[in-house]
Amino acid sequence: MLLIKCPWCGERDETEFSYGGEAAIKRPLKPKDLNDKDWADYLFMRKNTRGLFLEQWNHSVGCRQWFLVERNTVTYEIISTKRMNSDALNSEDSQ
Amino acid sequence: MTQKNRIDGGLIDRNIPLNFTFDGKKYSGFHGDTLASALLANGINLVGRSFKYHRPRGIFTSDSSEPNALVELINEDTKEPNSRSTTIQLFDGLTAQSQNCWPSLKYDIQSINDCFAPLLTAGFYYKTFMWPKSFWERVYEPLIRRAAGLGELAPSTDPDHYDRGYRHCDLLIIGGGAAGLMAGLVAGREGLNTILVEEDFLFGGRLLGENEEIDGLQCHDWVANTVKELEAMPHVRLMPKTAVFGVFDQKTYFAIERLSDQINSVGPRQMIWEINTKHIILASGATERHIAFGNNDRPGVMLASAMRDYTNRFAVRTASRVAVFTSNDSGWLTARDLNQKGIEVAAIIDIRKKEEHQEIAKKNTQIPIYSEDQIIKVHGHNRVKAISLLNGAKISVDSIAVSGGWNPSIHLTCQHRQRPIWNEVISGFIANEAELPSGMKVAGAAKGIYATNLVLQDAMNQANAVLSELGHAPTKMMIPSANDDTYRGKTFWSVRETKQRAWVDFQNDVTTKDIRLAVQEGFYSVEHVKRYTTLGMATDQGKTSSVIGIGIIAETMNKSIEETGTTIFRAPYIPVAIGALSGPHSGKNFRPTRETPSHPFAVEQKAQFVESGAWLRSQYFPHANELHWQESVNREVLATRNNVGITDVSTLGKIDVQGTDAAAFLDKVYCNTITTLNMNRCRYGIMLREDGIVMDDGTVAHLAKNHFIVTTTTANAVQVYRHMEFCRQCLWPEMDVALISITEQWAQYAIAGPKSRHLLEKIIDNDHDISNSNFPYMACDEISICNGIRARLFRLSFSGEMAYELAVPARYSDALIRHIHEIGKTFDLTPYGTEALGVMRIEKGHAAGNELNGQTTAGDLGLGKMVSKKKDSIGSILSEREGLVDPMRHILVGVMPCDPQQKISSGSHIFASKSACTPSNDLGYITSVAYSPMSNSYIGLAMIKNGTNHIGGKLRAVNLLQNQDIDIEVTSPHFYDPKGERLRE
Repeated sequence: MLLIKCPWCGERDETEFSYGGEAAIKRPLKPKDLNDKDWADYLFMRKNTRGLFLEQWNHSVGCRQWFLVERNTVTYEIISTKRMNSDALNSEDSQ
Repeated sequence: MTQKNRIDGGLIDRNIPLNFTFDGKKYSGFHGDTLASALLANGINLVGRSFKYHRPRGIFTSDSSEPNALVELINEDTKEPNSRSTTIQLFDGLTAQSQNCWPSLKYDIQSINDCFAPLLTAGFYYKTFMWPKSFWERVYEPLIRRAAGLGELAPSTDPDHYDRGYRHCDLLIIGGGAAGLMAGLVAGREGLNTILVEEDFLFGGRLLGENEEIDGLQCHDWVANTVKELEAMPHVRLMPKTAVFGVFDQKTYFAIERLSDQINSVGPRQMIWEINTKHIILASGATERHIAFGNNDRPGVMLASAMRDYTNRFAVRTASRVAVFTSNDSGWLTARDLNQKGIEVAAIIDIRKKEEHQEIAKKNTQIPIYSEDQIIKVHGHNRVKAISLLNGAKISVDSIAVSGGWNPSIHLTCQHRQRPIWNEVISGFIANEAELPSGMKVAGAAKGIYATNLVLQDAMNQANAVLSELGHAPTKMMIPSANDDTYRGKTFWSVRETKQRAWVDFQNDVTTKDIRLAVQEGFYSVEHVKRYTTLGMATDQGKTSSVIGIGIIAETMNKSIEETGTTIFRAPYIPVAIGALSGPHSGKNFRPTRETPSHPFAVEQKAQFVESGAWLRSQYFPHANELHWQESVNREVLATRNNVGITDVSTLGKIDVQGTDAAAFLDKVYCNTITTLNMNRCRYGIMLREDGIVMDDGTVAHLAKNHFIVTTTTANAVQVYRHMEFCRQCLWPEMDVALISITEQWAQYAIAGPKSRHLLEKIIDNDHDISNSNFPYMACDEISICNGIRARLFRLSFSGEMAYELAVPARYSDALIRHIHEIGKTFDLTPYGTEALGVMRIEKGHAAGNELNGQTTAGDLGLGKMVSKKKDSIGSILSEREGLVDPMRHILVGVMPCDPQQKISSGSHIFASKSACTPSNDLGYITSVAYSPMSNSYIGLAMIKNGTNHIGGKLRAVNLLQNQDIDIEVTSPHFYDPKGERLRE
């Protein structure tokens, strides 16, 4: 079981967290002006990166905060975790 | 019979005799014995029958690599099959039974298979059971299944419980032999938080069975002193009977602790430990392997090191006249130790030339030595009687100690797809140091270092490396003086001149001939040969056999060992029972059960319960005279519609939303408008997914300024809360809004029916006016009840009647339901369950979980007008996608059988009359069905293509699984009080 460092609570067991997919996908600011392709990109297209990947996780049975995780998708190594900031307005992936 | 083969010495406690039963006969052993050593002490060697040929088999090893001596452990009517007698610590009252034999171990009917051996070669099943195809399932499979398998499963449930624990440390040392103890000593003296695990119930590893000195002490005395010192260190945790079986990400190691082999044991029988560590020293040692020669599977043939263990550690005479067959010095050590204990060694047969073994030969002067010789055949059936050598000699012996070299235990270094490297000097695979799992170091015999003094040196070096990585200075300890006999041997796999079958894998009955045949037939990859012959696929996982198999493949194909390679290593390293992995999460404890606030009351009212997610909800409340649940449900519906009913709706998700932007935030997450909702009013709300499909529905109550309570469906409570948190934190972090789930904190009861207001007036404190004009449909307020208890009242109706939902802090829930029940007697108050709730919502045409199925839009559910186009909310734009507004979509409608006596069923598909039941003619499906006492008919909700246009028409509900084809009438989904007058009264 992985230990994940919640930027608010510290190291906790993996079972306390849930995964939220790729980070830094911004919800369109003007949804009405978006064309179909951009909607599809926003909703469905994900990078599926091999290697270093910026993700969003939720400390769902802890402090309930969403935060950012930099993780290697090959080795599963967690490189760093940090609090969400306003630069990372995101869309919600797999629940 | 009293332990006729017990000799002096050993690490057993003769003051603690233990009684046990094997195959119905009583025996005794001592504390410190394994079941295997106790059996040997009593002169029992034949303990089982082999898997395929049912050949008699004896004890072959002294540890978890044992392929033969598997038994069933028995306790009354429960048992555990395939237990390795070599690892079971003897306890008083142990009862075991041999397996895979009938009618008895000595005379087994299926051993006739052995006579058909020429037919039962590699790939026998694949070749034989090909035709006719119709026989595959009906004849062959049952036949093969009956003959296959080792032990039998117990007929009853496992009475034991299993647990799971978590531990954290700086240094995890795997293996408590010479290397592990030495590393532990270095780390422990420097104060590292250390865990030392050992599979055996005693620490010491090979040192327990060897006859050598460390620091001038007998090696097992050095072990005892070291363990005593480690035990006294508070930061060192010794975990005997614990085997690490899996290496996982981020330095997580899974280990299994066998607390007791006793069935129905007092505490947990086994525990899985998840160990998180910073550093790992793998000191797992090495396993001896054998040599394949004619009839080498006869009882009496034993690994040379195992025979030393039984002689030195367990004080057991395993034989009276032994031949040693070896490719290296290990066999010679066994000969020496047996000799010292007065057991006759008739011959040492070494495959090496005289000059290659002369070093060790000096120490065994009196024994006849056969250099450059091999055993080609073993005589005897249930026990070795004699051997024939290559040179023609026949020697009568009753046991053979065999050594074909050692396999370093590298399994845990290779579980992440690493490939080991062949080392010709030690004739074994070792880990590739460049590819070890993160944080792991290998020490001692596990990396092919065999001389005890070098093992201790290496362990100290590895521990020092860990110390330095953690910022400590290296230890000042001196290395204890120890034996410097290094490994000397020659790579050797099988006796080619043998005419008899020569066994490689005992447990799966794989012979050298099977492997050669597989190669001849074109199976060149070691993975293919493994699967075709089943080599190394038994419960011993090929610990003694797979390297020999690889050697024989390489020989047959004229390839090097490197070119041949190994199979892939995967966890678990030793067999782990599913019961241990699931731990306490079995049966009812598989997941937690959530009880509703009124649960104790409902139990007293003899409610039937239904699982709804993790919740246990009252399904209906049967009366003594009711014979069928339908009667109870009809009564509950009629009582509610005519008088008043009460049900527990606390399971609905409740989320408290506060902040100056609370309404604006709810406008974003609900597709309908919330900002226009007045204070003290409720509104039905729908949440969409961003792709326009309905996510959930519920109510929004504007309780006070900047304070809302929203509800979710029971099933989606967790997901909706999480979704709203995501929206708050990640999409609109600038909004001033806070969320908290209050599902558990507030109990909520729905009180429904024409008399509900009169009943409530008896409970609510006098200063609250709940008359229709002052507290109309969809009103809400914070009130007090029963002289000042805080409560919240919502005038919501799921049933379609005049109805209220009354919420109180959860601690009052039990008192409140009992109080209402008491007061309600004058109103004929009836508690109702989820069934009646469901009937009433279908009568009203309310969509619920069956309709909010992840495929439906608000428009499909007849709620399209709720999606506001004046504001941006999640999903509002994409809900207007072409495909989602297609008039041919499935639309929610009501259905009734044309003949009210007929029962329609949910899941039925809808077809036009006379059209064939093909997918292209499919018009939709029925989602929910109930018997409606108000309509005196079954009624249902259905999703039908272009459904609104079918209203008034007739179609068919077809359920091919139940042979139903029923004419139905399509109606509005609102069967009862379609104008909604009753709920506004």
